[in-house]
Amino acid sequence: MQDILMIEDEVNIAEAVRFILSREGWQVALHADGAGALEAIRHHRPRLLILDLMLPNRSGTEVLADLRADPDAELAATPVLMLTARGQVDDAAAQADHVLSKPFDNADLRAIVRGMLG
Amino acid sequence: MPFETLVLACLAYVALMFAVAYAADRAAARGRVRCLDHPLVYTLSLSVYCSAWTFYGAVGYASRSGLEFLTIYLGPTIVFCGAWWGLRRLVRVARMHHVTSVADLVSARFGKSNRLAALVTLIAVIAATPYVALQLQSVRLSFEVFATDPRGMGGSDALGGTALWVAAGLAVFTILFGTRNLAADERHHGVVTAIALEAVVKLAAFIALGVFVIWGLADGPSDMLDRISRASLDPRVAEGWLLRPDRWTALIVISGAAILTLPRMFQVLVVEAADEERLHVAGWAFPAYLFAMSLFVLPIAVMGRELMPADANPDLYVLTLPAAAGQDMLALLVFLGGFSAATSMVVVCAIAVATMVSNHWLVPAWLALRRIPASEEMDDLRGFVLNARRLAILAVVAAGWVYHQASGGAAALAAMGLVAFSGMAQVLPAMVGGLLWRGANRKGAYAGIGAGFVLWMGLVFLPSVGVGGDMTVLPGMDPWTAAVALSLSVNTLAFVGVSIFGFPDPVERFQGLSFVSAIEPLRHSRARSADDRAEPLLAMARRIWGPDAALRFFQAEARAQGKSGYLPDLTPDFLTGLERRLAGSIGAATAHAMIDRVAGGVALTVSDLLQVADEAQRAKEETQRLEAARAELARTARQLHQANDKLTALSVQKDAFLGQISHELRTPMTSVRAFSEILMDADLQDADRQRFAGIIHQEAGRLTRLLDDLLDLSVLESGRAQLTISVVNLHDVITRAVTAASATRPERGFLIDRDLPSEHLGLITDADRLLQVLINVISNARKYCDADHPVMTIRVKRPQGGGAVIDVIDNGSGIDSGRQSLIFEKFARLNDPARAGGAGLGLAICREIMLNLGGDIAYLPGQGGAAFRIVLPQRPPVGSGSD
Amino acid sequence: MSDRPLFLERASFRRRRLGDAARVLPVLAMLAMLLPVWWVPASLSYAAGAVWIFGTWAVLILAVWLLHRALLRSEAATLRASQDPAPPASGQDPDAV
Repeated sequence: MQDILMIEDEVNIAEAVRFILSREGWQVALHADGAGALEAIRHHRPRLLILDLMLPNRSGTEVLADLRADPDAELAATPVLMLTARGQVDDAAAQADHVLSKPFDNADLRAIVRGMLG
Repeated sequence: MPFETLVLACLAYVALMFAVAYAADRAAARGRVRCLDHPLVYTLSLSVYCSAWTFYGAVGYASRSGLEFLTIYLGPTIVFCGAWWGLRRLVRVARMHHVTSVADLVSARFGKSNRLAALVTLIAVIAATPYVALQLQSVRLSFEVFATDPRGMGGSDALGGTALWVAAGLAVFTILFGTRNLAADERHHGVVTAIALEAVVKLAAFIALGVFVIWGLADGPSDMLDRISRASLDPRVAEGWLLRPDRWTALIVISGAAILTLPRMFQVLVVEAADEERLHVAGWAFPAYLFAMSLFVLPIAVMGRELMPADANPDLYVLTLPAAAGQDMLALLVFLGGFSAATSMVVVCAIAVATMVSNHWLVPAWLALRRIPASEEMDDLRGFVLNARRLAILAVVAAGWVYHQASGGAAALAAMGLVAFSGMAQVLPAMVGGLLWRGANRKGAYAGIGAGFVLWMGLVFLPSVGVGGDMTVLPGMDPWTAAVALSLSVNTLAFVGVSIFGFPDPVERFQGLSFVSAIEPLRHSRARSADDRAEPLLAMARRIWGPDAALRFFQAEARAQGKSGYLPDLTPDFLTGLERRLAGSIGAATAHAMIDRVAGGVALTVSDLLQVADEAQRAKEETQRLEAARAELARTARQLHQANDKLTALSVQKDAFLGQISHELRTPMTSVRAFSEILMDADLQDADRQRFAGIIHQEAGRLTRLLDDLLDLSVLESGRAQLTISVVNLHDVITRAVTAASATRPERGFLIDRDLPSEHLGLITDADRLLQVLINVISNARKYCDADHPVMTIRVKRPQGGGAVIDVIDNGSGIDSGRQSLIFEKFARLNDPARAGGAGLGLAICREIMLNLGGDIAYLPGQGGAAFRIVLPQRPPVGSGSD
Repeated sequence: MSDRPLFLERASFRRRRLGDAARVLPVLAMLAMLLPVWWVPASLSYAAGAVWIFGTWAVLILAVWLLHRALLRSEAATLRASQDPAPPASGQDPDAV
């Protein structure tokens, strides 16, 4: 079981987030595509999911909706941090536990993740 | 029965009729018309249809031809089944136009043409004369029945005078009660009431006789039916009684037509109807009356055959049967019934025909003779019209008497009736067509009525008076049936045909509209306010209606306009009302002509009518205007809606574009910010520091490219792009593009397939911009072609009109058909997994460049891979860019 | 009050259907009087024919009477229904023509 799974297609952003969070002691797994995201979540069963809104093939909102509708209740309840490069957050992202706009302050990211992981 | 008794009974009966008519007229004059206006009185007055022909002739007819006599009653029954929508409409239209006769109706419909009315009047007079003669003959015959009893030697001299005395008496009665008033509506309460009473006498007499025959002579209904069956066993009878379907149909049609067109029927059915509501009762009550009148005809005929000598006249069985059985009182009652039938028919017929003759022959002739009336000369027009009518009544009755004397009363009663019926039926096509079909016009009516009239004269009327003899119209067909079928068919065809090819004049068209749509007739357009015009009109009305009535009307009209005195302004409303009231007295055509004359107008001109059209169609136009306004409103709403949709779409597009730009800017910014923050941390390994700095540099470059692209695109889209035009060899440009694009994914070894000789084309264009497009397209191919052994084919063709077409085709999997239309949109590659740092503006920029160069770039489907076609003109369009 | 419009609609609908019947009736009458004679003239010419024709005739008179009564009633009903809530828009009777 991983601490964190990050689904993000921008390699450099994923790299940055992983670097920041792993320095705090969390393990971060990566997945780069909307397609197969759910399988990756099921495989990693993370304690926290960081989800980019704009993903190739399948958008973050869709992935999130699929996750929340998963029959596995424990999996469906996975806490989600949504990252978005859009100016405003649309309603569909409201199902996420937290939303963080890009670009973000590294300290903010650390604080939110710490808060979510307890 | 003594002849004197008979005469006394007759005189007493006539005196009763005079008294009733007088009382009714007085009651009406005092305004007590409620009981006179009862629908039952109206229904009973319709029984004038059952003339002496019915009363005596039906039995003779039945004795000769069996059930065929029923057709005369079945035709009207079928017409009255349509009372609700057919007759009501006829009455409504006729009353709306104050129509005074069937000729007036036809004339009013076809543009108030008096000549047409005169033609119809001619037919009516010719048809009515033998019919009146028939009534006189029946009265004479009925007198003879009683006179031929052993003691009653009144002498044939006295009898020869019977018809004359009867005719004279009837003329006096008709003149007294038929020309008392010349009111606006041609109603005769006294006459109608007297006729209603006569109808009761007729019915009572006939039913009493029928009951006597069935229960007194025969042994009840079933015995009667047995007797009828027995009578028809006689082969001669059986042959005469056998129904002929063609004749049966023709008789039903003709009698159905007769109920509408016979002058006397039109008089009681339409002219004397106060409103159309009374048809609710008459619709069933009149057929019931006819039913009752014909129920006993066949029994009486059969009984007469059985009991009376073979040489007895079947037309007189109704009298001879009770007389032979010694039932004197019954015989007297029947005699009075027959007398009633004959007199009521003659009276109404004389009124109706005389109205037509005076309105359409005498008054117009008089007006024509005094073409320039001296306005000072107060000639008594009212007196003239009344005298004309009196004269016409005398003439009609006298003509009947002359005809009767001349023909010697030889013809069977039924034959004379049929002649009259089929003659007036010639008016039916024009009448019904005029009511239902707006396209019917006057020429058509002339043609139809004229043709029918001529054929009827030749084939029916003249043979009936012994001129020309029977003609075989159609072999194997009864001559009368054939003549009727032929004349009515030719009549209808001529009417319809000429109407179709003719064009009605404006008055006709407005009258047609008014008749067919049953809406108020057209109004006068003259609105000149001139008292010197109103005065002659008052003088004229006074001459027609009498001083009191005319002053009352004018004063009421003036008061309605808010004026005191007797002279209203000549508004269209007033003139129209006056004309219609006058039409009720002297017919539509004459009234129209007189008002035109006195009010100073000449015949209605087309420009007048255009004004009239404005008025008559104002309501219609108002509706149309509202309709149009509503449609316009709906159209505007739709346009606003579309504009709104477009604006919304534009706004959505703009929002999306801004969102996309935001995304494209924020993404590299995120990496830059995150890594620069990391770099600020001290404890980093050198390798990491190096790598992160590289990432920041790389992402910064991406931002720069994006901004460049956006700027480029914005310039191109605004059309303000600076083009550097020069003569270009396409080969050179393509070579440079291929070389430049080889920097994209240099690790992939592309096989480039070019056809070098064809590439040497000279063009006038911007070489750098074209190069930019080619590099973009070729690099795209290098980026996205997923074949194992990638091959790129570049082909150049010169199309017919000059310029060049460049196809760039790879052997990869190409682009889904769903996405082909999207790839030229901005940020189209947003969700592309393989995007390599580009913002997705490349192809959008390419398209803008090509449009600026006067060419185009498009995706070519079905080439076995991704394929782009670049089309270039020989030179860029004038005004695009500059040097 | 709430069921008034429904009533009005039903009344005018009924009136229209009755109007249709009034238009069909003369055609039916014509057929009843013509067709049998064309079809079997011989059997209609004598006593039996008299019974048939007078019977049909009586039925026709009855039909016209019933129809006119129904039409008058439904016209009155329509008038009442349209007069009660508000004065009628027009005095014209669109079905009378």
